[in-house]
Amino acid sequence: MALKSKQVDSFRDAVAGIEDGSTIGFGGFAMPGVPFNLIKALLEQGAKRLTLVGNTTGGAASPRMPDMGMLVENGQVAKVICAFTAATRPTDVLPFTKYYESGECDAELVPQGTLAERLRAAGAGIPAFYTPTAVGTELAEGRETRVINGREYLLEYALPLDYAFVRAHRSDTFGNLQFHRAQRNFNPVMATAARTTIVEVDEPILSLGSIDPDQVHCSGIYVHRLVQVPAEPEGLWPTRRQERRR
Amino acid sequence: MSDTKGLTRQQMADRMAYEFQNGWIVNLGVGIPTMCSNTDLGDVDFIYHSENGIIGYGPVAPAGEEDLLLVNAGGQNVTMKPGASVVHHADSFGIIRGGHIDATVMGAYQVSMNGDFANWKLKGQKGGGIGGAMDLAACAKRVFIILEHVTRRNEPRLVEACDLPVTARGVVTLVSTNYGLFEPTGTGFLLREIAPGLTVDEIRATTGGVLTVADNLKTVRLAG
Repeated sequence: MALKSKQVDSFRDAVAGIEDGSTIGFGGFAMPGVPFNLIKALLEQGAKRLTLVGNTTGGAASPRMPDMGMLVENGQVAKVICAFTAATRPTDVLPFTKYYESGECDAELVPQGTLAERLRAAGAGIPAFYTPTAVGTELAEGRETRVINGREYLLEYALPLDYAFVRAHRSDTFGNLQFHRAQRNFNPVMATAARTTIVEVDEPILSLGSIDPDQVHCSGIYVHRLVQVPAEPEGLWPTRRQERRR
Repeated sequence: MSDTKGLTRQQMADRMAYEFQNGWIVNLGVGIPTMCSNTDLGDVDFIYHSENGIIGYGPVAPAGEEDLLLVNAGGQNVTMKPGASVVHHADSFGIIRGGHIDATVMGAYQVSMNGDFANWKLKGQKGGGIGGAMDLAACAKRVFIILEHVTRRNEPRLVEACDLPVTARGVVTLVSTNYGLFEPTGTGFLLREIAPGLTVDEIRATTGGVLTVADNLKTVRLAG
């Protein structure tokens, strides 16, 4: 009795059925681990009024690859939840910023570690937690805090997802995943937080038993659909970043 | 660069890096703090942690030898040192919140006398760029700030109280500027080391709040 394969044939199939109004989380930090091909497929699929969750809306680096900001520009997004609504360097301008400033798209700015922990909590059945991060800042204004052992903490709620978009290096047909180097980042955490996790995979999908159970970075129990990334130019892969002029 | 007086950006980073001790786990922010990784620290052995879960990264990879799936927090294609490891984002910030980072080095717009600092939002801006700064600021054992001593308009960045939205309150341990090395004491800034070519009067005139001078004031330690 073998476990059923979760592999689908195309990126179109991978994003089929994503409803208007869904909350979707995206793995990735800088280039590694960003599900470029699933984002591209969602641009074509066209679901609207989405809430997007990820580290950044993107678009500060060159060359630009598919990012959350492109879905905003495509009129598909009601709100983003991320650690950057503006770039780290004040001189860089994110394409998202003008949609936010004009009120076309809402945003919730969350410290990166709080974002990761809210997702982890959602996947682990923890409804809320206290963190020292952001205490005493504008983000904590009007919100519940509590002093524990003499230190003040801010209450943060779990952040469950309808869908997670993940990029992995290797997978078997059940969705047991391995990541390469910095590709891991938010990806396993997004997978645990979502009702449906969709994964694009660098290498050809392996038969069951090909990955040593001790070497699995994210269990296939969190994974629902798998699709292999084709070679360039059809498939999108991380590129060498061009140095920005200062 | 807004001001050519005093130390270069690399010298500001070098001075902060001389604080690193054997066995420390250090997180470098983007911008000038990244330049701490260029400093020759001889035998001092420490570990660089990056928010994306890379523990023990090494220098930037030579051109043509980059692993495009290996980056530091600034998105540079770095290398890994022997003994390096990788964790996911929630664990990486567990390391930060758990108090396992000995020092975080960040840039800032302003630092105040009581150790507040601001680095995520400009005046009048909607939203901002927090990244991992609030987690690191609240939880690292030491918060080191590197910044230019004055703004482009020649206004002080070391101020009595921040008028920009703060990243964390009362956390800054040490500040390296192109004018010298400063410690927020709660009631002022203690000038511990002065950059070559600067006078105490010049520094006092360009520092907000109260400036006090260490009894054993030294010249900033430079490379070589």
